[in-house]
Amino acid sequence: MEQIVSMIGWKTAKTIAGLVGVLIFVVFNALILTWAERKVAGHMQRRIGPKEVGPYGLIQPIADALKLLGKEILTPRAVDRPLYFLAPILIFVPVLVSFIVIPFDASLQVKDINVGILVILAFSSLSVLSILMAGWGSNNKYALIGAIRSVAQNIAYEIPLLLALLPVIMMTNSFSLKAIVEAQKGLWFVFYQPLAFCIYFIASVAETNRTPFDLPEAESELVAGYHTEYSGMRFALFFLAEYTNIFIVSAIAVTFFLGGYQGPFLPGIIWFLLKSYLLVFVIMWLRWTFPRVRFDQLLNISWKALIPLAFINLLLTGGLLKL
Amino acid sequence: MIEYVPILVLMCFAILIASIIVGASYLLGPRISNKTKLSTYECGMQTIGPTRMKINIRYYIIAMLFLIFDIEIMFLYPWAVVMGGLKLFGFVEMLIFVIILFIGYIYVWRKGALEWE
Repeated sequence: MEQIVSMIGWKTAKTIAGLVGVLIFVVFNALILTWAERKVAGHMQRRIGPKEVGPYGLIQPIADALKLLGKEILTPRAVDRPLYFLAPILIFVPVLVSFIVIPFDASLQVKDINVGILVILAFSSLSVLSILMAGWGSNNKYALIGAIRSVAQNIAYEIPLLLALLPVIMMTNSFSLKAIVEAQKGLWFVFYQPLAFCIYFIASVAETNRTPFDLPEAESELVAGYHTEYSGMRFALFFLAEYTNIFIVSAIAVTFFLGGYQGPFLPGIIWFLLKSYLLVFVIMWLRWTFPRVRFDQLLNISWKALIPLAFINLLLTGGLLKL
Repeated sequence: MIEYVPILVLMCFAILIASIIVGASYLLGPRISNKTKLSTYECGMQTIGPTRMKINIRYYIIAMLFLIFDIEIMFLYPWAVVMGGLKLFGFVEMLIFVIILFIGYIYVWRKGALEWE
């Protein structure tokens, strides 16, 4: 072990350890979230949720994963093969890469890249591509309509999302996520930028295709949206990406507005995970509280309300910083 | 450049792992297929007509508007990160830029490009 470390250097060893850690965390996080989703849903509807496999049903997600692994992988005849095969594999890339720059603790970050937030934003907009590939390649009407809706929604909500992050960058003069967290030593940015936080949160719920903005996979009209034709582990990869995305948007919200790993008494990583999972819980809570919006309403919320508000907020922040 | 190497490594890793997962499932799962099973899913019916039908023109308008706004935000990001070093003049310049864009936004709205009928 020590020989390997001395051979490749301490820094490289740390980065490799970080990469392995990220992989483990992504799988662990998806298992926890699929369990939590069903448990939260259950209790909100006065049911118990999963309880048979393991204590409180905690082993349930592992049982599900094993079941999916043993399922037949179907490739319908009509599909566009290269696109159909590549889509579930490519959707895995952006969700994994985003973890490189997320600071879990003061020293617990794979790599503090000085354009950190740009890395996350650039890669997260790539997931639109694989969704479109899945929808087009499936050669299925439900999948195609779901994919087109998903892309329209993602690009419409990307603008308020990008604009809501700008005021924080103006206040810290840095793209590095660690520097942004360090700048919140005194007061969290959510107190300076409550409007930006609200806009970011609404936009991020839409970006992850969650209720009330879950039109791409509206099960009552589109079966399952863009992954209708996928089965077995290919379907599981889409599912994994979706749940990891929920965590990523929450983690960015925590980093930008809720002080990241800062907090009294407890170690930083505990604070970070506590705040992130609290936001994840709110996103799950929204699913059982609000009905689905109509598609024209969905785009109008973004174009007619969130974008002007985000612009006004941005210019007000700039003006206040300069005067 | 060296600090972006982990990103490249993780990208390759992600593709590798996803392929392994799908591959393992290929090996482990049953492979019994028939003609009906491999047909396109449409709630139990035969598919009617071509799949790639015409798409509502609104989606194209949304995509075009997105491009304009996204490029404008691309200009805003570098401006925001050097905000601390700029004088009031730098802010006023960006204010004019955003106001010009906003006139275009109001024009688009009044023309009805954001309406869904």
